[in-house]
Amino acid sequence: MNTGDIVNLSRRRFVTSALVSVAGLTLGILPGVRAGERPSAPENAGSVAAQAGEFSPNAFLRIDQDGLVTVISKHLEMGQGTYTGLATLVAEELDADWGKIRVAGAPADASRYNNLFWGPMQGTGGSTAIANSFDQLRRAGAVARQMLVTAAAELWQVPETEVSVAAGVVAHSASGRQAGFGQLAELAARQPVPETVLLKEPEAFTLIGKRIPRQDSAEKIDGTAQFTLDVKLPGMKSALVLHPPRFGVSVKSVDDTAALRVPGVNKVVSIPSGVAVVADDFWSARLGRDALSVSWDESGAFSRSSAELLDEYRELARTEGTLVRKEGDAAQVIAQADSLLEAEYSVPFLSHSAMEPMDCVVRIDDSGCDIWNGEQMQTGDQMAVAKLLGLKPEQVRINMLYAGGSFGRRANPAADYLLEAVHIARSLEQGTPLKMVWTREDDTRAGYYRPMYLHKLRGALDAAGNPLAWEQRIVGQSILAGTPFEAVMVKDGVDHTSVEGAVNLPYPIANFQLELHSPQLPVPVLWWRSVGSTHTAFAGECFIDELAHKAGQDPVAYRRRLLADQPRHLGVLNLAAEKADWGAPLGRGQGRGVAVHKSFNSYVAQVAEVTVRRGVIYVDRVVIAVDCGIAINPDIIEAQMQGGMGFGLSAALYSELTLDQGRVVQSNFNDYQILRIDQMPEVAVYIVPSAEPPTGVGEPATPVIAPAVANAVFAATGQRLRKLPLRLA
Amino acid sequence: MHRFALEEGKVLNITINGKLYQLDLDPQMPLLWALRDHVGLTGTKYSCGQALCGSCTVYLDGDPVRSCVTPLSTAAGREITTIEGLDSAAGRAVKQAWKELEVVQCGYCQSGQIMSAAALLNRQPQPTDADIDAAMSGNLCRCATYLRIRAGIKLAGRRLAGGAA
Repeated sequence: MNTGDIVNLSRRRFVTSALVSVAGLTLGILPGVRAGERPSAPENAGSVAAQAGEFSPNAFLRIDQDGLVTVISKHLEMGQGTYTGLATLVAEELDADWGKIRVAGAPADASRYNNLFWGPMQGTGGSTAIANSFDQLRRAGAVARQMLVTAAAELWQVPETEVSVAAGVVAHSASGRQAGFGQLAELAARQPVPETVLLKEPEAFTLIGKRIPRQDSAEKIDGTAQFTLDVKLPGMKSALVLHPPRFGVSVKSVDDTAALRVPGVNKVVSIPSGVAVVADDFWSARLGRDALSVSWDESGAFSRSSAELLDEYRELARTEGTLVRKEGDAAQVIAQADSLLEAEYSVPFLSHSAMEPMDCVVRIDDSGCDIWNGEQMQTGDQMAVAKLLGLKPEQVRINMLYAGGSFGRRANPAADYLLEAVHIARSLEQGTPLKMVWTREDDTRAGYYRPMYLHKLRGALDAAGNPLAWEQRIVGQSILAGTPFEAVMVKDGVDHTSVEGAVNLPYPIANFQLELHSPQLPVPVLWWRSVGSTHTAFAGECFIDELAHKAGQDPVAYRRRLLADQPRHLGVLNLAAEKADWGAPLGRGQGRGVAVHKSFNSYVAQVAEVTVRRGVIYVDRVVIAVDCGIAINPDIIEAQMQGGMGFGLSAALYSELTLDQGRVVQSNFNDYQILRIDQMPEVAVYIVPSAEPPTGVGEPATPVIAPAVANAVFAATGQRLRKLPLRLA
Repeated sequence: MHRFALEEGKVLNITINGKLYQLDLDPQMPLLWALRDHVGLTGTKYSCGQALCGSCTVYLDGDPVRSCVTPLSTAAGREITTIEGLDSAAGRAVKQAWKELEVVQCGYCQSGQIMSAAALLNRQPQPTDADIDAAMSGNLCRCATYLRIRAGIKLAGRRLAGGAA
């Protein structure tokens, strides 16, 4: 210990001394700046403009004179590996040296950084990052490569056709001349941008398909990675919000006397979603919030309980819903069937519970509004904030930082926590940066849940045991109702996110009918990793298993025959079954279950092996087969299969958010349980080789595990569990 | 090690990553928030505030503690190690293994995971699966990177046992 080196920090001297003593760290979190990059002033937040001498042929990359290639990611890195995947696409066609690639988050600018699958919208979700960028970013890299080649040919006075590029080196083999990208950057920047470029054939890939290292590992291992929670700006204030105890409740009156007496507390401000306490630091804000005395107007409180809601949903499921899809006449066939099966499945509300609770940094001044956030939906948030502040959307400048998980929570059409932070920031002196942080309890209780759903299914078999009719009614809140997406994504009263995975059931059934009830409740709901498939895969893959059992057939063989015309479903099913030794004997109390499901254009099959002992379900091993088209990075795909399955396993076995007379029962990880290391099964991942365009990997493993485990529990015990989280009778 | 008798306005002397800090802060403030908001060490994360998830794990005189429920007064006169200062043989081995096995996803919990893992290996260089479960089941990871965490601990342990870390 170096005792001569004493740092003195006091509350009173906090602002100045903290800035001096941790200047290096402060620099490190300036907006848009990541390790290895030059710092830029906050005024240039998110700027990706090329500096002098840099080569920046398009919006997606720049090369500096040291040869460092910065890839601009239009998508949020929230753990799914997108910074690495997107950079791989650019580097592949650029023939860059992977060691000289860096990634920076793009600013909010949908004119350049829109998600090509979302039209004019910029944002990350639906496992689309790689899929929508596959051609765009390879082309961006190929354009840059071509301009470097043209520059080299001009410099060396040789034909372009004789210039080659490999691993970041441009060379002319006949003359032995070579140059790094940095040496050619300035000259390349002056070349015409080619209108057409040739992309590589897959055989020529050197990075795509390889287990190349993640871009974000080092800084997430040494603690320097910058999340929203880590942002520190000069003069920044901290805020916490006291939310109403139930949905539909507003503030009646506030007594802030005691709160304002807490040292470090600056002010208390009522905002539409509650009462905010602004202070010099988090802890003062926390003590201030604890000291608040608020009386609530509970006249409009939503005061129903989960159990009541489930009963109401069950009643609704007895009635005809909005028709989603109909073939043949399922009702009539079922009415006349000899072999009939009926079942009801249900899933609870779920919180996303990312490890980083919701947080946001906002600074408002004359020129507009700067936001620092693990930003998942730039365009929607820009519009929402601009509307609130009376700004143009482009005056809302968003710095996209790493998100400590999100699972959909940070892409909210209601922009809830951002607007909350903006409401607080605009009550402060102009230009004062404000960091709003939710506690874990806030994060659990402030809403935007995966909706509760109930599925009612009826099926009929023919004499050979094949499904002749399938009738399914889904009951649950629409995620998109009342959002700007409603106009586009809710058609004829059907929210596609409520029925995805059910409307496209892969099994050919001549008499098929799908109906939907979308009850409206004031419980705020949102997409949650794999969205509709979180419940449709559970209901559909359990019910087909029940039909197989009723038909007296093996669950894999049954599906295999029905999927004869679905080669990619069949491919993952066969691979998983083979690798899991489907059919091999297991011990007492053990069972194997299978499920196969397509979501976000990727196909996943899982075989779960469980042991049931003294009423407890242990998942011992899961074999996963995935077909996601061309595998960009097999290591990240494996990680997403493991992690996506693990996320789904939390919901299958442990997590449940319940309402008791409108109050959220759970508050923190003691009662909102998520998977722990000792509960993580062994996992084997197999990737189907494919030349198809790449599709998503962040979500498709999540919905498959609950039905696989439920089916395995049936195999082990003979009990059909139809409610999540699974609990033995 | 010596402890201070705390009085109103008394400065707290705390050694953090080998450097002595004099903190004029509320003695009840959790160490986590002093580290994050006042010392400027943000590698240690807030996630639950109730010692339920392990994201805020630091060492107090070498032993892992949850800094979100450790009042500053407890840390007075003692030595704190955070992820930024983790430089033990076990710490280096864990960080190296984490890199090689690509453990991280969102990364938010990983400072805490690494601190807990290195503390385990410090006590027990070749832990069994049961040892790993016992030492790590309080460190939550919503991305479920658990398989690689386990593999990383074992790899680091083998390196430490072989003296190659």
